[in-house]
Amino acid sequence: MSINRRLILFGRTILMTGLMCLMAVAGVTRATTAKPDPYLRPVAVPVPADNAITPARVELGKMLFFDPRLSGSQWISCASCHNPALSWSDGLPTAIGDGMKKLPRRTPTILNVAYNTIFMWDGRAASLEDQATGPIKAKAEMDQDMTILVERLVAIPGYKAAFERAYPGEGITEKTIAKALASFERTIVSANAPFDRWHAGDKKAVDESAKRGFKLFTGKAKCDVCHEGFNFTDNGFHNIGLKTPKGMSEDIGRYAQRKVKVNKGAFKTPTLRDVALNGPYMHNGMYRTLEEVVDHYDRGGDVKDNLDPNMEALNLTPQEKQDLVAFLKSLTGAPVLVMIPQLPR
Amino acid sequence: MFLRNLFGCLLLAVALNATAAEFRVDQKDKQFSVSHLKIKAGDTVNFVNNDPFFHNVFSLSDAKTFDLGSYPQGQGRTITFNNPGVVEVECAIHSQMKLVVEVEK
Repeated sequence: MSINRRLILFGRTILMTGLMCLMAVAGVTRATTAKPDPYLRPVAVPVPADNAITPARVELGKMLFFDPRLSGSQWISCASCHNPALSWSDGLPTAIGDGMKKLPRRTPTILNVAYNTIFMWDGRAASLEDQATGPIKAKAEMDQDMTILVERLVAIPGYKAAFERAYPGEGITEKTIAKALASFERTIVSANAPFDRWHAGDKKAVDESAKRGFKLFTGKAKCDVCHEGFNFTDNGFHNIGLKTPKGMSEDIGRYAQRKVKVNKGAFKTPTLRDVALNGPYMHNGMYRTLEEVVDHYDRGGDVKDNLDPNMEALNLTPQEKQDLVAFLKSLTGAPVLVMIPQLPR
Repeated sequence: MFLRNLFGCLLLAVALNATAAEFRVDQKDKQFSVSHLKIKAGDTVNFVNNDPFFHNVFSLSDAKTFDLGSYPQGQGRTITFNNPGVVEVECAIHSQMKLVVEVEK
């Protein structure tokens, strides 16, 4: 056999083997397209097929959101904790629930909650509709029996009419209450911030410190590993090595929902939109300022047990820390303006 | 390098002749490279992390419960699916990463 013939046969063998490998190793890849700019605002807010946004649904949802009659005590509304004047949170380290009882976790903002793909600090709700009635029913939060709530709302003519306008023929049910609340929450969307204007090309929209901060955010400090894209969250769960504040019990976080080791003490990555207005920080509200937050990450967290493997000490200089904070402050947009509704009586 | 690849391919080719096959699923851009994978009982799947940060692989499905832990870019973890059934595979760190493995008899 000539050398050429041998080479051809060898080549064929390699080719065949390669083809076989392709068949055996089913590493099928999804179609690749050019990646869009991750920091651009999505064209539209995601909405489920069975709950399209209409003015009547948003209006109804807004009434329900501000109505304390949604709670067992008839004294706490969604807005009691998700207060628009406090960046849709409550400004407290951890929330206050039914009977003025202190709850173990901080009230998350509902700003941009429309873009989330999983809800609550521990991800126990799969949709905004699922989430909407969770706190209403929770004994420690609003402590409201839904059957009683439906009876209460049915007895209010204004609500009967508003539900009929929003969900014709569907009546007042737990489902329509949830859908209306979710519709309103989907309208609470952050306004353009200096960062967005700078990212769109306005070189003077942010100062040099914030520009350096963004470079650190996506570089040395690796913040964007978790705080990614337009809404600065990966909808993921991370144990960032927080200490348990004095007087509080250890919180297993996501582990309660998914019993996988990495989830012990892991909580959902929150948005950073309007973050400067949204302290105290972390799921347990243990840090008052963004400077304290940056210091925490610079240390690589404090409690190393089951720490997210993406966490490590950053060795930032004092200037770099200031720059990161300057960048975070550039994410503050104009407040979402909401006219407080007149509630039906 | 060429010889190493060739050796790897030959090994897999040999594996083809055996009853069990090995499949590879990549983790890239916080997604599994496939959302649905049909395999046979006894087949093995190798999950390879191609992102510059850690991923995890786990399932709490009745047909197969496992936790392959967390591992960095360039590393993979392998698991054999011995029993038929539908196995929902996820990354515990990135909740949007989901894959259904359909294990046939």
